[in-house]
Amino acid sequence: MGYSGLNLLKNAFSGHRNWPRVWRDPEPKKHYDVVIVGGGGHGLATAYYLARNHGIKNVAVLEKGWLGGGNTGRNTQVSRSNYFYPESGAFYEHSLRLFENLSQELNFNLMFSQRGILALCHSQHEMELARRWANAIHLNGIDSRMLSREEIKQRIPELNLDCRFPVWGGFVQERGGISRHDAVAWGYARAASGLGVDIIQRCEVTGMETSDSQVLSVETNRGTISADRFALCVAGHSSQLAAMAGLKLPIYSIPLQAMVTEPVRPIFNTVMLSARIHVYVSQSDRGEIIVGGGADTYASFAQRGSAQVHWDNYSAMVELLPIFGRLRMMRQWAGVCDMAPDVSPIVGKTSVENLFISTGWGTGGYKAIPAGGDTLADTIANDETHELLQPFGFDRFESGALIDEGAAAGVAH
Amino acid sequence: MLRIPCPYCGVRDQDEFRYGGEAPIIRPADPDKASDKEWADYLFYRENTKGAHLERWLHTYGCKQWFLIERDTLTHAITQVRLMDGVSGDG
Repeated sequence: MGYSGLNLLKNAFSGHRNWPRVWRDPEPKKHYDVVIVGGGGHGLATAYYLARNHGIKNVAVLEKGWLGGGNTGRNTQVSRSNYFYPESGAFYEHSLRLFENLSQELNFNLMFSQRGILALCHSQHEMELARRWANAIHLNGIDSRMLSREEIKQRIPELNLDCRFPVWGGFVQERGGISRHDAVAWGYARAASGLGVDIIQRCEVTGMETSDSQVLSVETNRGTISADRFALCVAGHSSQLAAMAGLKLPIYSIPLQAMVTEPVRPIFNTVMLSARIHVYVSQSDRGEIIVGGGADTYASFAQRGSAQVHWDNYSAMVELLPIFGRLRMMRQWAGVCDMAPDVSPIVGKTSVENLFISTGWGTGGYKAIPAGGDTLADTIANDETHELLQPFGFDRFESGALIDEGAAAGVAH
Repeated sequence: MLRIPCPYCGVRDQDEFRYGGEAPIIRPADPDKASDKEWADYLFYRENTKGAHLERWLHTYGCKQWFLIERDTLTHAITQVRLMDGVSGDG
């Protein structure tokens, strides 16, 4: 059933008790054309674009928990394309453009709000680097603009400009913004399911049967499932899943945490970040102030961050925005990030013929969901690496053509 | 916050230490003859173990010595502490 004002009205007469379930809950079949492991944003988006753009509808998405229960539901829901290198700029701009029309396309309100992403600078040197960065973004054909101290004061009246390391200025990408992360997973799932994709939750892949150069089938707690092609979209657990197919990856996993305060009325209408004082802040559509910052440095699969990192993030936020100092923190959580050595993703083909991978999203995979899904689906369908993914293959670790976006997170991770 | 037992100074807060990544990472024996693939393996490819994980730590704000611990990456429990032995910790 499509979502519309008319349907809303119709269902109001029956007390909203008769809405149909949003996606089907099928039993897994024995064989599919494509099996995607991981029911987060990237897995679901890949399934959706396979069905919509390439007519490949005999597809299963296997999720060990619930949809979007991993990093898709654990991030700070920021979208932006203010990257330094042209390769990244082209890729993330494609993603942002898809985001701009995604609510309409999926017929699901993602609450995408392009409220601007504003980076603060706290010294003359940072201002110089920001100018270089903002110009590089311009050269990538993407909007960005330097802001003076006065302009920032006007945009964020509650900001303490004369904090420790006073604010000198900053730059903004006006088209950056936030959306509702759960809705992205649910919207893609609903649209993919509607096109015939089987979404199978509580289905954990525990092993793989392989021949010399191919994956034949995956073992799951709901039986053996074979397929012509397989894709791994499992974020922090990429190394473990790839190992089942005999692959070793240039990936290490670390926890990144975030937190939200109790909800308050709309007060903060942008996404603000400071690399120096090491925090980023926005307000969700539910009113919570979302706070993120640095990651833990050590390897972990525990989905929890440590107390000193939490403390650093929160004290940085209170220093910049004292007005939020007395808000109570409501939730704190962490996701397991799959970090590549150059902090850029690794997407596309692997040395196993019919196995594709989407990993290395690290601390910034959420914004890449539409483009990651679109380009991976294209690569799987045509068995040829999508143009935008050419620079993001495994070969760069041997050729040395790394895309070193270590600074692009805006805050150091 | 981890409480890390430095083999030289005793148990201290994690704040005093720097994490040095997984071990062992062995440098190619003959660097001039190592292929691009061998260099990539050495520099970038990692086991990334979920479970018992051997790793290097540096006691930055203490004795400034490198050493090895074995830590469970799921529970964070530290199960072993070792001195660098020139093999498993890359010297």
